[in-house]
Amino acid sequence: MGKLELQQTLSKHIGRVWNVSWHPKGDALASCGEDKTIRIWTKEGNKWVNKVVLADGHKRTIREVTWSPCGNYLASASFDATTAIWDKKSGEFECNATLEGHENEVKSVTWSKSGHLLATCSRDKSVWVWEIADEDEYECAAVLNAHTQDVKKVIWHPEKDILASASYDNTVKLFKEDPADNDWVCVSTLTSHESTVWSLAFDKTGTRLATASDDCTLKIWKEYPPNNPEGIPTIDNESSWKCVCTLAGYHTRTIYDISWCHVTGLIATACGDDIIRIFKEDENSDPNAPTFSFLSSAERSHSQDVNCVAWNPKVAGLLASCSDDGEIKLWNFIE
Amino acid sequence: MVEGDNHVKIQQPSPIDNNELRDTVYDFIRTIKDPEKPNTLEELNVVYEDGVMIKPPTAGNITVVRVEFNPTVPHCSLATLIGLCIRIKLERSIPHQMKLDIFIKKGAHSTEDEINKQINDKERIAAAMENPNLKEMVENCIKEED
Repeated sequence: MGKLELQQTLSKHIGRVWNVSWHPKGDALASCGEDKTIRIWTKEGNKWVNKVVLADGHKRTIREVTWSPCGNYLASASFDATTAIWDKKSGEFECNATLEGHENEVKSVTWSKSGHLLATCSRDKSVWVWEIADEDEYECAAVLNAHTQDVKKVIWHPEKDILASASYDNTVKLFKEDPADNDWVCVSTLTSHESTVWSLAFDKTGTRLATASDDCTLKIWKEYPPNNPEGIPTIDNESSWKCVCTLAGYHTRTIYDISWCHVTGLIATACGDDIIRIFKEDENSDPNAPTFSFLSSAERSHSQDVNCVAWNPKVAGLLASCSDDGEIKLWNFIE
Repeated sequence: MVEGDNHVKIQQPSPIDNNELRDTVYDFIRTIKDPEKPNTLEELNVVYEDGVMIKPPTAGNITVVRVEFNPTVPHCSLATLIGLCIRIKLERSIPHQMKLDIFIKKGAHSTEDEINKQINDKERIAAAMENPNLKEMVENCIKEED
């Protein structure tokens, strides 16, 4: 069954903490929230401590922070309609680029695996793809107006330049560049959720996607490429994505976030019922109708809504979470 | 407890009677002022005692309170603002931990599903409260007289 053990509570933020993000090496954690600061936490001995506070980048809530794959840059998305890019070239973290263009709150920002592309999304219903042309030069490569409502979260495929977005319009969309004319296009729309899709996560291979929704369910989607042996039809030589599993009945409020560990394969969820839950795919699970078991949860994981969960990219079982209660918690999951 | 755990246990409030909680919730929302009329929401029958309901608790046994309200006219564009006022007032005033769902009375508004979704999306609420104009309107409506 496993057990989620609390290792440390980090209380420095004032008010709601929206997001936590691990450095790709796993040795630093960035956090952000309604106090408009970004905090960077590193380990000293056995303890995680906060040594860096970035306080002058945004005028409103910072909704999300994300490290670049090389680990040298940090991007922050804010309700002030901008995205800031921070780096440490001068020795200390500084904001060296501000991306403007969204009409209102930027809710999410994500780097592609290559580090050459960035994507952002907003309440203005659009998804923007940015090309990193030169050092600190960010050019808008596409404005994608495929969603009919706010876009809550964007995330790149772990290997390819495929972008996934989750929206208040209850759908998930996948985008990629058409090599014929370099236009970014929506290649797939995933419909099945009955309310806002708040977050999504690819598995390690990028052939499956997990989505978390206000409808209190978690869904697993599988890619069926053209000419797949299962005979699932595809259109225009693009993969079809099918919902192969729905986990209902576990979450009792909105699911705000989901993290699919690329080390262990475990899935963690952050829920509005204050609970973090851990799921694991069953052994001998049928790839076309996989089954997942609920392994564990921490009773009263936080004292208010859990907003974000993030598995450490290097250390198996190490999970970070943050909440409306103002706290960040580090957990160790022992199977 | 694991070594290095600096978590301070939060004192659980003593269990509160459902009727008592309903009364407390209603007492806080009845005095909210209508955004454009000189009356309170109770005087306009926008909120009413039966509109406050205690729903089954969450998996962690946190109380879920549902507040239903009735906008004065079916197309009232201020319905989202009223929903925002009810939420902010209650979140600031109720000392107990609880989850709050706010809904328009069924059939009372031409776009009720749209509004219900909006006034229960905490990200939108947070962003709205960072908008100085909206914040001022909410503060004026929920200000306690005397």
